[in-house]
Amino acid sequence: MNYRKAAGNIFLKVVVSMTVLGAGFLFSGQPVPAAEGSETILMATTTSTDNTGLLDYLMPSFTARTGIDIRWVATGTGKALKLGENCDVDVLLVHAPASEKSFIGRGFGVGRRKIMYNDFVIIGPASDPAAIKGKRVFEALQAIASSDNFFVSRGDNSGTNKKERTLWRLADIQLPEQESWYRQSGQGMLTTINIAAELKGYTLTDRGTYIKYESAAALVPDLVVLVEGEPVLLNQYSVIPVNPRHCPEIKYDMARVLSDWLAGDEAQSMIREFKLLGKQLFIPNAGQE
Amino acid sequence: MEFIQEGFSQAYALLISRDPATYSAVIATLRASGLAMAASLLLGIPFGYVLGYFNFPLKKQIRIIVDTLLSLPTVFIGLVIYALLTRNGPFGGSGLLFTITGIAIGQAVLSLPIIISLTATAVEAADHNLRTTLMSLGANRRQIAASTLWEVRLGIIAAAVTATGRVLTEVGISLMVGGNIKWHTRTITTAIALETNKGEFGMGIALGLVLLLIALAVNVSLAGLRRRI
Repeated sequence: MNYRKAAGNIFLKVVVSMTVLGAGFLFSGQPVPAAEGSETILMATTTSTDNTGLLDYLMPSFTARTGIDIRWVATGTGKALKLGENCDVDVLLVHAPASEKSFIGRGFGVGRRKIMYNDFVIIGPASDPAAIKGKRVFEALQAIASSDNFFVSRGDNSGTNKKERTLWRLADIQLPEQESWYRQSGQGMLTTINIAAELKGYTLTDRGTYIKYESAAALVPDLVVLVEGEPVLLNQYSVIPVNPRHCPEIKYDMARVLSDWLAGDEAQSMIREFKLLGKQLFIPNAGQE
Repeated sequence: MEFIQEGFSQAYALLISRDPATYSAVIATLRASGLAMAASLLLGIPFGYVLGYFNFPLKKQIRIIVDTLLSLPTVFIGLVIYALLTRNGPFGGSGLLFTITGIAIGQAVLSLPIIISLTATAVEAADHNLRTTLMSLGANRRQIAASTLWEVRLGIIAAAVTATGRVLTEVGISLMVGGNIKWHTRTITTAIALETNKGEFGMGIALGLVLLLIALAVNVSLAGLRRRI
């Protein structure tokens, strides 16, 4: 009799203490900045704006100026657009103009605005085995395709990946998905650069992430910029509030405040001053056609 | 290679300086895992006990399903929970997407089959003579059931340890359901993924070490519990 009772009691204690342990974790939190309940908007953006540190640098000023707390999910442009379509975020900051236009055309977004740009570059080993240095983009891609050197693609439907596919098409080469020299990483830009470095291959990257790679590689990068500086390599970032007619519950007004602020003088000059290794990462161009 | 060394010194620096971003990620990790473990233990222990103790039709089939669910990929759980919690999904109105509670729901789904399966196994493996002995001592059915539960307590703690390890270290659910939002849903594991993507390998190693320290603390307290009972 007593045995059963004692057993039941102690076991109960175990379960209760485990639960208390769990609950203790729950409420042990020290308060984090930006308390719940203040006005908050959610933005979906691309890995390049986040990984370079631009948003951590920019957004505290936005919150200070407007009192709006902003949170962001950094992901590929493909998924960012999907989060907007599903009404999970209030605003997007992305870089895939063709997909953005179709996003707006289908009624998911409204009032797209250019904010800034940087450019894409083709990088590869300093020894440049496919001899693409200084060539025009399309010739360079043809040279890579007819050599036996690796090309590492994001393969993840990101803005950079979409740009790369467009470049193959414009170079009149069918997307070499089946080729053994064409590798799809399915990962973020910096990981993809590192994979290309391991394979001594080529890849297409935005310049901001390349500068970040250069700094992480302590200025002795395995991969160097080989092709750059053509209009077709322009990488335009735009802000798009999600369409309130498609998603009635999203915070459209605050998304507009963010859009106005990003296109305004304060943010534009902050973007101009944002540097890594003394190099400017993004060139503000709000209001330009 | 030197980034591994760098990781050790950075881990030390993060803890000593009480780096706020790291502490926020530690707390997000503990809140999500703690909530997930509390829910899955409360649901899983009774279910696993019933599955191991009683004989009923379809018992074997249910057991096979539970054991199969041990192989649920975390990214897949993340995707399914996202589909349920997205604004246009069936529970879109709950506002749980990109929250700690959302992550905890996914992690509870991850943990539940482990608790159920290991509890059931422990109950099945309990000494078969126990029941006969207790019966000969004149115990009734309720007393026998309670005593069996007591006898398998160490097995249940082992289940909790295993599930905690899985929940603390998963990254797929936290990334997909939590969104890796700084100061809010960034856990240690999603922070490691982010730092790796940023090429900050040393920082990634440092955060990995911090996570191991948390696991050590959890297991030391569970070991204390095991000694006392």
